[in-house]
Amino acid sequence: MANTGWDEFEIGAMLRSFDGAAAESIATTHQEERNYSSNNSFTASVADWRIEKPIFNKDYCIDCQFCWIYCPDISIISRDKKMIGVDMDHCKGCGICVEVCPTNPKSLLMFPEQADEETEIASWPQKEEKEK
Amino acid sequence: MAFDKMELREVEVWDGNFAAAQALRQAQVDVVSAYPITPSTPIVEGYAKFKSDNYVEGEFVMVESEHAAMSGCIGAAAAGGRVATATSSQGLALMSETLYQASGMRLPIVLNIVNRALAAPLNVNGDHSDMYMVRDSGWIQFDAFCPQEAYDLNFIAFKVSEDHDVRIPAIVNQDGFMTSHTAQGVKTLTDDEAYGFVGEYKPMNDMLDFDHPVTHGVQTEEDWHFEHKARQHNDMMTIVPGKIDEAFAEFEKLSGRKYNQVECYDMEDADVAVVCMGTSVETAREVAREMREQKGIKAGVVGLRVIRPFPFKAIGDALKDVKAVAALDRSAPGGAAGMLFNEIAGSLFNTDSKMLLSGYIYGLGGRDLTKKHLVDLYTELQANADAGKVLTQQQQFIGVRGPKLAYL
Repeated sequence: MANTGWDEFEIGAMLRSFDGAAAESIATTHQEERNYSSNNSFTASVADWRIEKPIFNKDYCIDCQFCWIYCPDISIISRDKKMIGVDMDHCKGCGICVEVCPTNPKSLLMFPEQADEETEIASWPQKEEKEK
Repeated sequence: MAFDKMELREVEVWDGNFAAAQALRQAQVDVVSAYPITPSTPIVEGYAKFKSDNYVEGEFVMVESEHAAMSGCIGAAAAGGRVATATSSQGLALMSETLYQASGMRLPIVLNIVNRALAAPLNVNGDHSDMYMVRDSGWIQFDAFCPQEAYDLNFIAFKVSEDHDVRIPAIVNQDGFMTSHTAQGVKTLTDDEAYGFVGEYKPMNDMLDFDHPVTHGVQTEEDWHFEHKARQHNDMMTIVPGKIDEAFAEFEKLSGRKYNQVECYDMEDADVAVVCMGTSVETAREVAREMREQKGIKAGVVGLRVIRPFPFKAIGDALKDVKAVAALDRSAPGGAAGMLFNEIAGSLFNTDSKMLLSGYIYGLGGRDLTKKHLVDLYTELQANADAGKVLTQQQQFIGVRGPKLAYL
């Protein structure tokens, strides 16, 4: 939001979520299709809050949607019940998605923020054998 | 749900609390969120009775504290309803954090404050220390001197506060017990007249407008906070005074009762004047007339009807040709001059006025301001006027036992 003067904004400690009216039916649109205003948190990146990041390895994912359900920041992108990836502008690196991932090995793992995705996927951990 | 109208006599015998409760009923408030405290309790109690008797359609929310009472009002106002409550003293102190939220969020809320002393020592009687405590909270503040005015000013408060160019909450002050529990004749408006004056509530940026979702009460830091507060002050200084005058004029058309931001009594040719608030105004008016009749002292009274935004110009105009003025502050000043003393001094500083100003602290904890006090005070003012200088110290306590207290 531009640093405008005291006379150039709407009164009140109030911000609008959308430019103009909200989409006719928010329930049937995806976030990226909506006319969020520049004040909406969807348009702001909080990626720099993160120290560790999740990396998603598609090869092991069973699309169970656990990560999508548990993510406290709506940062798991899922389309038609298929896991697509992580919204890295809003993910704060809490690791809950990794914690709840049921596959073996996990389809999501936490890495330092500067880790390279391709390198980490190439050296993904092997399946853990169950203890007998 | 339909609700019943109430048939009122042209003049009812009401105390200030009941008059305010009736005004809230007639304004068709949507939400009253309240917590009881002496001496304001009968306002919300009266409103609750109207609710249980089907005279109001709104919600009455009983909460766990005054902080919650105003928080409930803020939520309801942000949601888009006409909102009011009442409190006093310690309750206002607990509520004070949320008063700043309400004004900063630019939410129209009407708060009746039945003025009462602040503990310690614990005291339920009337003085203006609670009113003074929240004077910088960004609310519009009106002051009623009697039950009639407590009734009328509630309508005016809704009208001004809810105006889309204003959207600043408003306080209606009345003196604890002296006004709130003293029954007097109150000229009424019919339910239709009263509601017609206040008008249907027009929401703005309300949370219940689902097509235009809004976030209320956002956080800003050094990058935005200053601009918000600047705008709030600007609107108080430049927009609110005109809107108050418009509401006063419209109310006069409806009721025949004329209000002014600064009420002047016997001031046309006054040499000496007392500036005060609340019930003291009526006592001072009586004494001023007697000073004229019996002592030949041209005495006048200025009553402050609007405390915030402070009517600098009007009070300056009222006092500029007066020779000696007393500012009567009914609040312990805590190591400074009284608020009225300071504001009046500010309104005439840097002008050509030669007014001699002296401050008096009186009536704390409900101590009576007697006619004798005022006779002595006017006599002292006349002596100042005759001498062309303030002969006493600038701040004196009146009506307190023990050795004379005077400072500055």
